[in-house]
Order: sequence, then C-alpha cells, then structure tokens
Amino acid sequence: MNFDLDQEERALQAAIRDLCKGVFPMETVRALETSGGVSAETWRALDEAGVFSLRLPESDGGAGLGMTAAVIVFEQLGRALVPGPLVGTHVTRSHGAPVEKLTLISRGDQMIPYLSSSDVVGVLDAEGVWVIRQNEIAAEEIAQPLDPLTPVLRVSSLPQGKNVSDAETASLVRLESTTLTAALLVGIASAETDLAVAYAKERQQFGRAIGSFQAVKHICADMLTRAEVARAAVYAAGVHLDGNGDGDTARAVTGGMLLASEAAFANGKACVQVHGGMGFTWEIDAHLYLKRAAALVALHGGADGYAEEMAAML
Amino acid sequence: MDLRYSESDERFRAEVRAWLSGALPKLPPKPGPHDWDARRAYDTTWQRMLHDAGYAGINWPAEYGGRGASPTEHLIFLEETERAGAPYVGVNFVGLLHAGPTLIAEASVEQKAAHLPKILRGDEVWCQGFSEPGAGSDLASLKTRAVLDGDHYIVNGQKIWTSFAHVADFGELLVRTDPDAPKHKGITWLILPMDAPGIEVRPLRTIAGSSEFSEVFFTDVRVPVENRVGQENDGWRVAMVTFSFERGTAFVGELVRSMKLVEELAELARKLPRGSGSAWDDGGVRRELGLIAAQLDGLWHLTKRTITESERTGVPGIGGSVFKLYYSEVRHHLGDLAMKILGTAALATEDEPAVDHVHGWIHAMSISIAAGTTQIQRNILSERVLGMPKEPS
Repeated sequence: MNFDLDQEERALQAAIRDLCKGVFPMETVRALETSGGVSAETWRALDEAGVFSLRLPESDGGAGLGMTAAVIVFEQLGRALVPGPLVGTHVTRSHGAPVEKLTLISRGDQMIPYLSSSDVVGVLDAEGVWVIRQNEIAAEEIAQPLDPLTPVLRVSSLPQGKNVSDAETASLVRLESTTLTAALLVGIASAETDLAVAYAKERQQFGRAIGSFQAVKHICADMLTRAEVARAAVYAAGVHLDGNGDGDTARAVTGGMLLASEAAFANGKACVQVHGGMGFTWEIDAHLYLKRAAALVALHGGADGYAEEMAAML
Repeated sequence: MDLRYSESDERFRAEVRAWLSGALPKLPPKPGPHDWDARRAYDTTWQRMLHDAGYAGINWPAEYGGRGASPTEHLIFLEETERAGAPYVGVNFVGLLHAGPTLIAEASVEQKAAHLPKILRGDEVWCQGFSEPGAGSDLASLKTRAVLDGDHYIVNGQKIWTSFAHVADFGELLVRTDPDAPKHKGITWLILPMDAPGIEVRPLRTIAGSSEFSEVFFTDVRVPVENRVGQENDGWRVAMVTFSFERGTAFVGELVRSMKLVEELAELARKLPRGSGSAWDDGGVRRELGLIAAQLDGLWHLTKRTITESERTGVPGIGGSVFKLYYSEVRHHLGDLAMKILGTAALATEDEPAVDHVHGWIHAMSISIAAGTTQIQRNILSERVLGMPKEPS
C-alpha cells in the first residue's frame, strides 16, 4: 500500500503548477472574460505539456501514465481556473480519437459548455458514445453565463450523431470524466482555502488580523478539512481506475465526485464570506472560483445525483 | 499510488482472521455495563489472549514486548478485530494507548520494567488523571498540587473524567509542582498507585447512562519521588509525547464501526414503514445516507494517506487533526439521521433496531468533545497547519 505522491508524481505536479503559472496567470484567466475563450496558442501549450495525451502510450506520443497522474494534473488545472473543454478533450484523446477540442455531455443535457470553440461534441448515453459536429447542433448562446469564464449554449435540438463506441466504453468514459471533473473541483476547493487564509492573515480589523479571530479561523479550518478529505477520495478514485484500488471503482468515483462537489461549492461560499464586503466585489477572485465550482457541478448532473448513486450502492 | 495491500500484509490479515475465528468463541459472555469487576475481568482476559497470541501492543516496539507492527499492519489489525466484533480495548485503553507509550518514551529502565510487561499481559489497568473541573480545553491550567516532602510528593486536589478509575491499579497523574512558573512549565507527571491512602473515587454518570468516568479526589496522598516520570516541572512535555507516536490509526476502529452502521441504517430505512412505503422512499433520507457513506469512505482513504505519509516521514502529518474534526461532524450527522429514520423506535433504547444507533447518536456527542473539542481542533488546524495568528489571550 502506498497512497502518497512519489517523486515522479511530485515532479509532475510541480511541472503543471509552473505551466499554469506561466500560461494561465490570474490576469490571463480574467482577460478571457472579454476575449471569449482560450487562444489557440495557450491551448497548444497545454497540449504540448501533455495535458491531453499523458495517458497515451509513448509510441503514440503520450507519456504512458494512468488516471492517477491525470488526477494530479487536473487538480492543478482546477486550481488555476484553466478553462475547457479540458475533460472531454483529455478523455477522448485517451481513447484514441485525435480531437483538438471536444466538449463532452450526457444525452438530455440542456446546456453545452464551450460549444462555439469545440469542433465536435461527444454525447454519452446508455447505448454508447456518439459524436456530433458542432455545426449540426442548433443552440443559442447564453449572454451572461453563471461562470463568466465558462461560455454555455442552450440546445434546442441535438441530433442522434454518429456512434463511435459501445455502452461499456461509454460507462468507462463517464467514470473517467467524472473523476477528472472531481479533480478540477478539488483544485478549486484548495485554491479557495488558500485565498481565504491569505486574506484573513492580511486584513486588519479591530486592530488585528481577522484571521486571529476564532469566528474567522474556524471557517478556514473547515475549508481545509473539506478539501483534504475530498482530495483523498478523488485520488482514490484515480487509483481505482488504474486497477490498484481496494474497493468498488464506481463507488470510489461517485463518492469522490460527491465530496469534491460539496467541498468546492461550500469552500467557494466560505471564501466570499471570509473576504467580507470585498468578497462581494467583482474585482476579488473569490466569486470566480465559486462560480466555476457551481457551473462544473451543475454541468455534471448536480451533487444530489451522486448522493443518490451512493445510496443505491448501500 | 496503490491502495492494495502487499502479499505480506495479506498474509498478516489472514493470520489475524484465522486467530480471531478461533479465539472469539472462547471468550466468556459479555458482562453487564455496570458490573465493573466483571468488566475488568472480561477486558483483561481478552488482553491476556491477545498477549499470548503475540498481538498485544501491536504497534509498540518489539524491545518493550510489543509486536513492532508497521502502521499498515496496525490498520489491518484494527480493521479485522472491528469487523469480527472482537472486544473493544476497554479498561486497557489508557495503559495501552497513552500511559504505556509515554513510559516507553520517557520512563526510567526500572519504571519500564515494572509496568510495561504487566500492561501488555492485562495484569495492570491504568487510568488517566489529567482533566480537572477548572482545566478542560485549557488543560495546562490544572491546579492539583504536589509538594515535595522528603522522598514523597504530597498531592491535594481533584481530577475529573478519569476513565476506569474505580478498577484501575495505576494512574498517569499531572500535578502542579511550581505554581509560580508559567502554566506549561510547572507541571509534573507522576505514576499514581490507585491504592494509596487519601484517594476517593466517585463515579460520574454520563448522558449515556454509563459510569466509566469518575471524579477523583486527593487528600494528602503520598506518591514516592521515584514514581516521577521525566524531570520535575517537565510534565507537560512528557504528557504530550504520545502525540508524536500517532500514525493515523487512532480512530480506525471507530471509523470501521461507523461504516458498518451506515450500511445497517440503509437496510433499516428500507424496512421501517413510513406512510404506505418505507423510510427509504424519502429521497432526502437516501441522499443523506449517500453523503455520509461517501464521507466515511473519504476518511478511510485519508487514513491510508496519513499512514503512508507517516511510514515515509516517521512523524504524524496533518491527517490526524483533519480526521478528528471531520469524523466528529460526520458521526453527529450519522446519529442524527438514525434518530430521524428510527422515529419512535428510538425510544426503546436497549432494543433492536434502536440499540446501536441510539448509543451511537449519544456517543457522537462525546467524540466532538473528548481528546480536544471540535473547536480546539479548529484552532489547531488553523494555527498550526494554516499558520493563522493566535487569538490574543
């Protein structure tokens, strides 16, 4: 048993963290609000770093790594609020389709994120995986999406599309994409904790740092706790998908996603609260993490669905 | 990363399992909750059985008679004993989990030889005299006084929350030896013989209706100087030394029990009638159960991470404090949900199906208080892990 990052995993984590700092500093991320999406150049930087291909064998230009490594990478992407479609592109590439950008949805979804910038949309349903060309989908752009950095379109009609994989692959793709979304959420939950703690140490009221008051520091302790337990659960989901688990894989994935959803959402609200009035301003980043968390959770079926799935496994 | 156990770990698990299946049927019937002599006999018999099979002090170093098991083996041992329904550590709690490890780290050769083998064999029961009516979360403000008189300390004062005091042979006692020094610097750690004249033990009834805790009163109790562990006025450090042994396994038994309970509660919800259906028909109930199950699974994985980290670094990471805070909250939620699902069935506290769930619900209220309240845990995490400034005192 070994459930701690080894030297290589630490190196990978540091490399992605540095990449995000270089390519996606907060100013760049915030600028996307007006520019409307990631530039081809920055997307290529992610691609070249192996974000989408790391699970492919080395002979196919990948790094031959597993889902655990992908979780480590996606946690960092989540922390940095890197926009997508990250998960769909990564998972589809990992299953051998050389897409540039692919957004992945479930059949019946009303909203599609990143549709305008994706070449194709992947659709999961009970029968398998389907692909639809972007220009075959009738959809209307939402003028003010919940997360200003996640453009979404409302679908009016979704064609059946072309079947590319069977039901078994679809369920694996679903487990993988749920796990990587959960990894993004864990990164967000940690970033929210760090942001709140840094502010509480600095902000002075009543002649001292507000972080010295138990009423404030206890909020931060709860944030840390939620993020740490969710991280353990989501790493465990990755390890299960690599075949090195100690229990049921679907349960590990569902549980991880549920905890990550709760942690990112609750920490986002706590982060706004710790910032006080400043937290309610557009200028402070707190709302961007909260809104990204809320959008990711909503786009992946909502936390209640995962809680129901967990209950069904009891 | 790999959550699977090694071949040698699996061999150890099989060995523990085989031994348990042979040993458990040999146990005498479990005594009633208030028959303390019988409870001591039952718990120490079990300890003797563990000892004779080589499982006593599973994580104690081999040179002090323990098994010297790795944290992973310790995890497996706790998991298997809990799953098999083996007796809880019971009256041996303080000796095995706190006083013993403290003696290993700080006691003289003679003190170790006098006590460690007996603790492991179940021949010696210990209690803990730390908390006082005026010293709970602020333990270092304790006032029980010890004054040196020749080769004895004369002890006067009062302790509270002393578990198993009425059946204990010895106590680990914290006393104030220098009232003028800063509060952490004037405390001394003594081995207290519970049969010394001047000790009065008054059982304390808890909200669980149980009486494992006592108040202990000291009137001119004479404790030999040779019973001092560590230097005079260095007792605070001595008392805290056990924290450095913690490897993330402190609450594994608790966690495994709660994981079992949530499964049982789901089964119960499917059976208990509500209107024309069952409690399970309530989506809110199902989702709360699902969330609690995910949280307990998360704590299981956190435990594995803490154990791996401590095997690598040799010191406890932040996992232990995170666990205690988060588990306390989840345990409360599990108990509250059980009360909701049981409805009026909860009123028959000693009957099926209520018994384990109602006891668990009440037990949750001690989990968030004992060994550092939830509020103290939040202080520890925010100040020591997140580096937030201390509240001015």
